[in-house]
Amino acid sequence: MVDLIADGAARGLPVTLGRASLVGFDPGPVTSIAPFPGRAVPGFPTPGQVVAQGAGRMVWAGRGMAFLIGAPAPDLQGQAAVTDQSDGWVWVTLSGADAVAVLARLVPLDLRPQAFPAGTTARSTLGHLPVLLIREAVDTFRIAAFRSMAGSLVHDLTGAMRAVAARR
Amino acid sequence: MSFRIPGKGLMIDRTRPVQFSFDGKRFDVFQGDTLASALLANGQRLMGRSFKYHRPRGVLTAGSEEPSALVEIHERGQQTPNVRATVQELYEGLEARSQNRIGPLGFDLLAVNDLMAPFFSAGFYYKTFMWPRAFWEKIYEPAIRRAAGLGRLSGKHDEAVYEKAWAHCDLLVIGAGPAGWMAALVAARAGADVILADEDRRMGGRLLADLPEVGGQAGPDWAAGVVAELAALPNVRLMTRTTVTGAYDDGTFGALERVGLHVADPGDLPRECFWRIVAKRAILCAGALERPIAHPDNDRPGVMLASGVSAMVNKWGVDPGAVVVFSNNDSGLAATRRLFAQGIRIAAYVDPRAIPVTEPFPVYAQAQVTGTRGRLGLRDVAVTHAGGTSLIEARTLALAGGWNPTLHLACHRNGRPEWSERIAAFVPRAGMVPGLSVAGAARGVFSTAACLADGAASAAEALGDLGLNPPALSLPQAEDAPYAIVPLWAVDAGGRAWLDFANDVTTKDVKLAAQEGYSSVEHMKRYTTQGMAPDQGKSSNVAALAVLAEATGQGIPATGTTTYRPPFTPVSIAAMGAGGRAEGFAPRRLMTSDAQTRAMGAPMIEAGLWYRPSYFPRAGETDWRPACDREVRQVREAVGVADVSTLGKIDVQGADAGRFLDFVYTNTMSTLPVGKVRYGLMLREDGFVMDDGTCARLGDTHYLITTTTAAAGQVMRHLDFVHQAFCAGWDVRLISVTETWAQFAVAGPRARDVLAGLGVQAALPFMGCAPVQIGGVAGRLFRISFSGEEGYEVAVPARYGASLFAELVRLAEAHEGCAYGMEALNVLRVEKGFITHAEIHGRVTADDVGLGGMVARKDCIGKPASQRPGLTEPGREQLVGLMPVNQGEVLTAGAHLYNERDAATRENNQGYVTSVAPSPTLDMWLGLGFLKNGRARHGEVIRLDDGLRGRKVLVEVCHPVFFDPEGGRMRG
Amino acid sequence: MRLTCPCCGTRDRREFTYYGAAEFLNRPAPDAGLQAWDAYLHLRDNPAGITRDLWYHDPCQSWLEVTRDTVTHEIHAVRALGDLVGDAA
Ligand SMILES: [Zn+2]
Repeated sequence: MVDLIADGAARGLPVTLGRASLVGFDPGPVTSIAPFPGRAVPGFPTPGQVVAQGAGRMVWAGRGMAFLIGAPAPDLQGQAAVTDQSDGWVWVTLSGADAVAVLARLVPLDLRPQAFPAGTTARSTLGHLPVLLIREAVDTFRIAAFRSMAGSLVHDLTGAMRAVAARR
Repeated sequence: MSFRIPGKGLMIDRTRPVQFSFDGKRFDVFQGDTLASALLANGQRLMGRSFKYHRPRGVLTAGSEEPSALVEIHERGQQTPNVRATVQELYEGLEARSQNRIGPLGFDLLAVNDLMAPFFSAGFYYKTFMWPRAFWEKIYEPAIRRAAGLGRLSGKHDEAVYEKAWAHCDLLVIGAGPAGWMAALVAARAGADVILADEDRRMGGRLLADLPEVGGQAGPDWAAGVVAELAALPNVRLMTRTTVTGAYDDGTFGALERVGLHVADPGDLPRECFWRIVAKRAILCAGALERPIAHPDNDRPGVMLASGVSAMVNKWGVDPGAVVVFSNNDSGLAATRRLFAQGIRIAAYVDPRAIPVTEPFPVYAQAQVTGTRGRLGLRDVAVTHAGGTSLIEARTLALAGGWNPTLHLACHRNGRPEWSERIAAFVPRAGMVPGLSVAGAARGVFSTAACLADGAASAAEALGDLGLNPPALSLPQAEDAPYAIVPLWAVDAGGRAWLDFANDVTTKDVKLAAQEGYSSVEHMKRYTTQGMAPDQGKSSNVAALAVLAEATGQGIPATGTTTYRPPFTPVSIAAMGAGGRAEGFAPRRLMTSDAQTRAMGAPMIEAGLWYRPSYFPRAGETDWRPACDREVRQVREAVGVADVSTLGKIDVQGADAGRFLDFVYTNTMSTLPVGKVRYGLMLREDGFVMDDGTCARLGDTHYLITTTTAAAGQVMRHLDFVHQAFCAGWDVRLISVTETWAQFAVAGPRARDVLAGLGVQAALPFMGCAPVQIGGVAGRLFRISFSGEEGYEVAVPARYGASLFAELVRLAEAHEGCAYGMEALNVLRVEKGFITHAEIHGRVTADDVGLGGMVARKDCIGKPASQRPGLTEPGREQLVGLMPVNQGEVLTAGAHLYNERDAATRENNQGYVTSVAPSPTLDMWLGLGFLKNGRARHGEVIRLDDGLRGRKVLVEVCHPVFFDPEGGRMRG
Repeated sequence: MRLTCPCCGTRDRREFTYYGAAEFLNRPAPDAGLQAWDAYLHLRDNPAGITRDLWYHDPCQSWLEVTRDTVTHEIHAVRALGDLVGDAA
């Protein structure tokens, strides 16, 4: 018999540079939910929406797909494709007065609060990395990237944090 | 000797002295100086040598349009050539060098080119270096390369930090002169999100350079008040040192910010930041650029534009000495009056127009400047007037040839400006760039009052487009002088009159171009190189085309302009590629086994974005070969483990999942029983093989398919397309789980022992799959083989990957096995004739690779096209195995195949080698390749000919499966 | 260049992957014959003006049909292929 030990994805965190901090984030279970045609899944978000769902949240994650985070996988047999994504992503939290300035170095999104309000989500790219962003507050973002790219995610973000901090 | 006017100079801080060096000589100046103002303030008018004739050159302007004063900046072992001395801000210890010279700046050996000038006219290179042909490589090219080009590079990697960034706004205002200030103020008060960008370090434009009064205040004071108001507003972003360089589609603008170029020790500050600014609306308020007048010897150090002289006086307190002004317009006269009023000695005001002579300084009306003297700097000016020619002593000659609106950005989408007779210049037309309007001097509105009003009106119009109401705002009072001009492009008085100072183009060159038939402005530009230097002809384009228009008799409107293209000012490639060096070049995808793999000493190789081990060296194994041989033997004789997590994995669910997979695979997946795995082939719609992989049925409506590492992204995109374009109503959903699962191959006769060590009973039949528990973790087990041995792939959630890999290596080693890398993996698969993207390279059909039988009797993507005559006819190249006739010989991939006695010509080509591997199992090199009619030629001896490496090897054609063709080992 | 993804809103073109002409949506029947398949796979117009082509919005995995003008660069319409649950109306 063996005993397998769980391993985190991101290394070298937390980091604070100037007015921005980057820390790891544990979202709990992450389950993708993709309803089949004509089947309604309660609380399924519209594009960009984050919907509270029991203990967790349904986060719009792409066309016809949402991630249920922070709650166990639901039984939606025949209603939706349900896939465990808990291990597929590395999650970090970027926060601080310069969080927006840091993201503006890497993400082509319009980050103004009226275009990307707190409590909403967007899929985009961060440098060359595909990412999912949740804006928790004006200056707090959760960022999810492919797990294998955790090193590049931290590299790109800390590089931008360093350059922004140097301007202050 | 200091040439600084006491008490003058808005930009300099006289309490902060700074030292810098130019060509090794140290100078004392002030914080706030530019390199150009600093040199002039020290009496150094000579700043470099011209491009072609190596003429002594000084500075012409005070802005980013500078054509002449280009220098090298040396810092931290790096050097940056072609830096405009007018843009470079001084910092303590700055080291600048003049460029384009051999020997000292005051005595340039290549100045001999100037004496040869009659031979260097337009088209000289085209005409001269044609013949004899043999001279080209040995003589002409090295000589031209030595003499040509501006500045030198260090030849080292630029490891400095550069940055790229995005910004979004409602309104982008480009340029912070009177028009830009008003536009930004109006829009900001209306609540719009405003970005105001200006290329100077201090905003104000000509309010700083000319000091006009605004609203009863001095221009700079009024500007300071506006800055204070705007800086306090949360909806305004002021971007100084930022040049908007390009206007692109859909409201996107490029801009270059100088971030750390003016700092002695930038630390982590990037040198530059390249901005992509996305704006719903934009207003171009970039002002206008003054133009020189082409008269004989108008390129001497000390000859400047009148606007440049004014800026040097007011912004940096530079004393120009005695000044002769040569002007054809009211603006030049007004500038002269201002300079005079400030105590500058005006030696003469020269104007070709018949203006009344009522000034308190000497005026030569109906007169022209016809020459200058002074070897390395202006000494006197020849003025020809009704009474003859006078020589007037002067340290500075200020040229005022009129103003060209800075309309470049408005033309970046191929818009053509129109000619205005009133100001003798091109002005923008409306709507040249959707969403961009032009205000102030940039559209030919020149007085301060008119610019303020135009900026406000333009902002009001933009606010309407944005759905915002313009605030009530009264315009401040300012001068509203009229502007009159009589065009004078060139003074015809013999000698050489310069148009393009940067590329050494004279009026004669342009006339010669016209004479030789290059009468289109685009042809003239390329023939003379006018406008092709770093300044892109900002101070010469209009005059050059006017001279051309005169020579051809076509007139200026009919001659037109050349095409305006981004960037407006030079943008370093390093800024555009910011972040793309070294680790930032591409994301690195690391497997969960990465840390242990590296700790085991494995050299890593890149497979797409992934890093995979090449081999796992043991003591005494100094290169890949012995390690690879050993790993292959251990897999064949005991057991090996390899991380195969990089294969793409896609979860496919739904009642129509099987039907969908039948449509994207050539073979049938809907009939696959639950708990079984099938090898699958996907075609592109044009009939060629796209990818291969496995398809496992995990449940009634649940499949898991794998792709190759290389094609994972392409296959996902393809499946999304087929789904959304053709099967949108189907009960099928796809999601990548590549990253979710860490997956390891366990292969070899003792694979079961390793699995048993994990507590997993491997009771699976060949091509079976089942859920398993490993140390309490839910995993998956597949019995598939890419090695030809009894093989399993065991998958666990990625967080357990590192731990499982460590266990597998420990267990394998306990059973005389090992971890194996990509080299061994390749040998194992070549021995078995398994294909990779070396074989399915996009030009082969299923039949070509011997898998024609996998194309089932149903429609699928690619099947109709795969049956086209060209893809099914006999004589196609088919996959074969290749073995050297002499067992010791090495085979090489990329080599071509010929019949034994045929010459290696294209016509004789019989095929090519795609993969090779040194097989320890069969004790020789093996090859896979494609050979015409290959399947019918097993046993034939042909020649492998590698022209690149000079290798010719006789090989025997055979079946591509070299080892265990019956597959007894993997079926176990 | 900016495209408006029906899911995600207006985004910079670097988030998109170009595929080819919208002609790819008109897949012929398997037995439509060589000419039809040749036209489908290979024959393309090169209009100076309105054209329709296919783009993939990588972040949300949506395939889009874009109607645009090759002369003015104006984007006239963007439509998501198919119709998936949760799509904006
Ligand atoms: Zn989208």
